[in-house]
Amino acid sequence: AAAEECVGQVVLPGDVLLLPAHPDEDAERLRLSAGAAPRGRLLCGPGLRRCEAGLLVTKCGLLRHRQAGGGAAAAGGAYWVDSQQKRYVPVKGDHVIGIVTAKAGDLFKLDVGGSEQASLSYLAFEGATKRNRPNVQVGDLIYGQFLVANKDMEPEMVCIDSSGRSSGMGIIGQDGFLFKVSLGLIRKLLAPKCEIIQELSQLYPFELVLGMNGRIWVKAKTVQQTLIIVNILEACEYMTAEQRKQALAKLSGN
Amino acid sequence: MAAGGGCSLRPFSCEQGLLSRPDGSAAFVQGATSVLAGLYGPAEVKGSRELPDRAALEVLLRPKVGLPGVTERSREQLLRGTCEAVVLGGLHPRSAITLVLQVLSDGGSLLSCCLNAACLVLLDSGLPLSALFCGVTCALGPDGTVVLDPTTRQEQDARAVLTFAIDSVERKVLAASSKGSCSAEEMQQCLAAAQRAAGAVFQFYRDCVRRKYSKS
Repeated sequence: AAAEECVGQVVLPGDVLLLPAHPDEDAERLRLSAGAAPRGRLLCGPGLRRCEAGLLVTKCGLLRHRQAGGGAAAAGGAYWVDSQQKRYVPVKGDHVIGIVTAKAGDLFKLDVGGSEQASLSYLAFEGATKRNRPNVQVGDLIYGQFLVANKDMEPEMVCIDSSGRSSGMGIIGQDGFLFKVSLGLIRKLLAPKCEIIQELSQLYPFELVLGMNGRIWVKAKTVQQTLIIVNILEACEYMTAEQRKQALAKLSGN
Repeated sequence: MAAGGGCSLRPFSCEQGLLSRPDGSAAFVQGATSVLAGLYGPAEVKGSRELPDRAALEVLLRPKVGLPGVTERSREQLLRGTCEAVVLGGLHPRSAITLVLQVLSDGGSLLSCCLNAACLVLLDSGLPLSALFCGVTCALGPDGTVVLDPTTRQEQDARAVLTFAIDSVERKVLAASSKGSCSAEEMQQCLAAAQRAAGAVFQFYRDCVRRKYSKS
């Protein structure tokens, strides 16, 4: 089936999506625009692999498409499959919450929910030097991003970005509550202008850290408020928007 | 769908994501036979079982009563071979994938019900797959008639019972298991009937997944 027709529909592993033929070469040459990136460059996102005929689907889910920046026809752009899963696989650049499981000299070992533990160097914190070590204990929560994450190597995390600033990463403070949800819910919560977060923030003030590995850390003023927010976020996986609004209205009425 | 008899399958139903602990879970019901499957992976692997270039897949089949015996072990190997053929294990080297199947009730065609439950749990867990597979059981009556998806009674009366695991891309055979005696032509007949019936099972998978994603 052609890739363009299947956008927004459910695809199953084993389906082959045919790509449109290359655009006309002459039309490219006549353009004087400074489009340096080659048109017709297709990005194959999660859930898809290249095969001779086109794209082979490897995960079940909804097929999505995003146009290329230049507004060209379906020649450029990215295709990916929106699938729901619970297990996290480390990806470079993802921000995740890790739990410190061991301190081995200069290295911390973190559990990020993948098949291997990630390593974190003590120098990868803002303002850390050999004399000024960060105060990390076993069992602490760390919010960081993956520097190295591929199938062949052990994942490595850092708590600073490329310019050396922490930008929100580092050791997560005391108290609060950590729980696990599915990866699809995290992506929904991280979308810009997420309704769930806006409605919750009108209920009580709270601190929230979302890890792409399915872990969420919440802290509100009292334990009871924290647990209410945890229950609502866990239930968001199954509730529709109306049910959620009803539940929040009942809570804010009390 | 008509029950038993002739070249039609018993009514089937499935449920996905019903267990909260495993990374993927599915229950498949075929007539009176039902199997519950759970999948954990890709997870940490113990040193000896680690494979350097692909994931180590393990299948555990638990019968309804009693401890697992030799039949369960041989079925586990068949399921493992089928799953390894479709799972892209090369994307998760040095990790372990564990598939646990629990037989809830056995009303005939148990092995094909296990195969279908295994495929649905692989779909539910989000592991990368190159194709889907399904299981179809055929019973050869004493007079040579082919009955698809036989009940326990029909299996006992049959001269031979054959189970095929068929893949979704080209309807090729991934695994075959037989009990009893039959000629080569009869086996080809059964295989052709199973490949035709496999289309109905794959359409059912598609409808299941469609229903699951239409809710979100």
